[in-house]
Amino acid sequence: MNMYDAFGTVLLLLAITAPLAMVFGFGGAVAARSRIAPLRWIGKTYMAIVRGIPDIVFFLFFVIALDQAFEYLRHKWKCPEWTEPIRQGNDFIVCQAAKLPLGNAPQWIHEVYGFSLAILTFAIVFGAFAGNVLFGAMQAVPRAQIETAEAYGFSPRQTFRRVIVPQMWVFALPGLSNLWMVLIKATPLLFLLGVEDIVYWARELGGSKQPQFTDYPHPDWRMWYFGALLIFYLLFTRVSEIVLDRIMGKLTHGQATAAGEAQRKAAA
Amino acid sequence: MSCAETIAAYAFRSLGYGERLLPRTDFTLCQQFTLIGSGMIWNIYFGVLALLIGFFIATAVAIGKASPRKAFRKPAEWFIFIFRGSPLFIQFFFAYFLFLSLKGVSPIFNPLTSATFGALIVLILNTAAYSGEIFYGALQSIPKGDIEAADAYGMTGWARFKRVMWPTMLRLAWPAYTNEAIFLFHATALVFFAGFPASQQKGDALYYANYFADKTFNPFVPYPILAGYFIIVTLCVIGLFGLVNRRLNRHLPATGYKKLKIRPQLLR
Repeated sequence: MNMYDAFGTVLLLLAITAPLAMVFGFGGAVAARSRIAPLRWIGKTYMAIVRGIPDIVFFLFFVIALDQAFEYLRHKWKCPEWTEPIRQGNDFIVCQAAKLPLGNAPQWIHEVYGFSLAILTFAIVFGAFAGNVLFGAMQAVPRAQIETAEAYGFSPRQTFRRVIVPQMWVFALPGLSNLWMVLIKATPLLFLLGVEDIVYWARELGGSKQPQFTDYPHPDWRMWYFGALLIFYLLFTRVSEIVLDRIMGKLTHGQATAAGEAQRKAAA
Repeated sequence: MSCAETIAAYAFRSLGYGERLLPRTDFTLCQQFTLIGSGMIWNIYFGVLALLIGFFIATAVAIGKASPRKAFRKPAEWFIFIFRGSPLFIQFFFAYFLFLSLKGVSPIFNPLTSATFGALIVLILNTAAYSGEIFYGALQSIPKGDIEAADAYGMTGWARFKRVMWPTMLRLAWPAYTNEAIFLFHATALVFFAGFPASQQKGDALYYANYFADKTFNPFVPYPILAGYFIIVTLCVIGLFGLVNRRLNRHLPATGYKKLKIRPQLLR
């Protein structure tokens, strides 16, 4: 049964991470094209830093780093009288009240906390990628459209809200759909973050040697379990492709692009 | 232990030479740099070999997919769909357990369960699928005039492919192929995290980085070191591929060829 729940976990992760990553990405993109220099630097650095480094490193890094950052902040806030250093040699020590989750919390809180850390990590990493795509899309809105808005006396803020944002989606969608595929394919990494996801269960249930699973009198079936996962992901990718193609068709409607023009001609 | 001694003891640790035991206490920066760098040998081994062998398979796959004959086209399409549609992580797991069960069939398959060969095969097939798709796209966008010119010279079959289509295909595909190469090097970090065991602690760079992060509870040192190494590798790949790009485009007027635009992909 847990194995089926794990599929739910993966879908839940996707459902929460995708919008959250979009928010991060949108923020990054807006910051990167801001007129205030420090904000622009922050946005650009955020998007640039993710390039050139394998993301698995980020996944391993962020979970510990975020955990420690939260505990550190709570430590500063809850135990101001604490005098010993937090890093004692190789150990990271905060006071009991600042532990996250609290030592006496029930099991499900631990699981939820681990899961939210994973979501936050995914959102930060994929937010950077989404930011990149959205930034490019904002730049790709035809210059003439913006000039027209200016000619009508729109302020920069109005131009952004009424012209750039509605029009950028056509340009962003190919990149975003690519990103969605990548996000689907990144979900097995949850396993590394200590969440009991499908990879975890495929290993546990398929294996033959674990003592707690001696009730399953079968030899090593992990190959079949992973084969099933492979097919699950293939189907998921295929369905996403079809859906995204439909959305692209809808969005192209009435846009000043080659595909939009082709649609108009086909209809006429 | 001075830094020079550390380098002597651990520089080839990932291959099994030098000091047998990994450092356990009093981790120094020098140790971390040396061991993680030593692990990079594996990443470079996987990356270089997979790229070299995968290149030829990718060419074959691309030709297959572009073929008008269904018997060639369908297998190529399926091959590309399966390897591009599923997470590399799951592919590694599946392959490892597949090889494990093959091992039971015949001892010929013994070497396949080690990362050295098994993971290499997965990486080769994976990169072949991704680059096959890139090459296929390039094959489709060879200017019609080039092929007509070859026909006019009376070239057919192999000569036409070798002298006209193949070089043009490479030239068109090269920027995208550079990204694929970068992205493949990043993918090598997954090897020891998915299934394939590191025997006698002979692991890749991420394996050692993770080891240090686990032992010191401090992710802020080993992971940035690892990131630094990967950035160096990425820069080398960009440099080398840039040289090849220059050579592929040497017959074009200096402003005529597109400069390599590096857009590293994310994750597979």
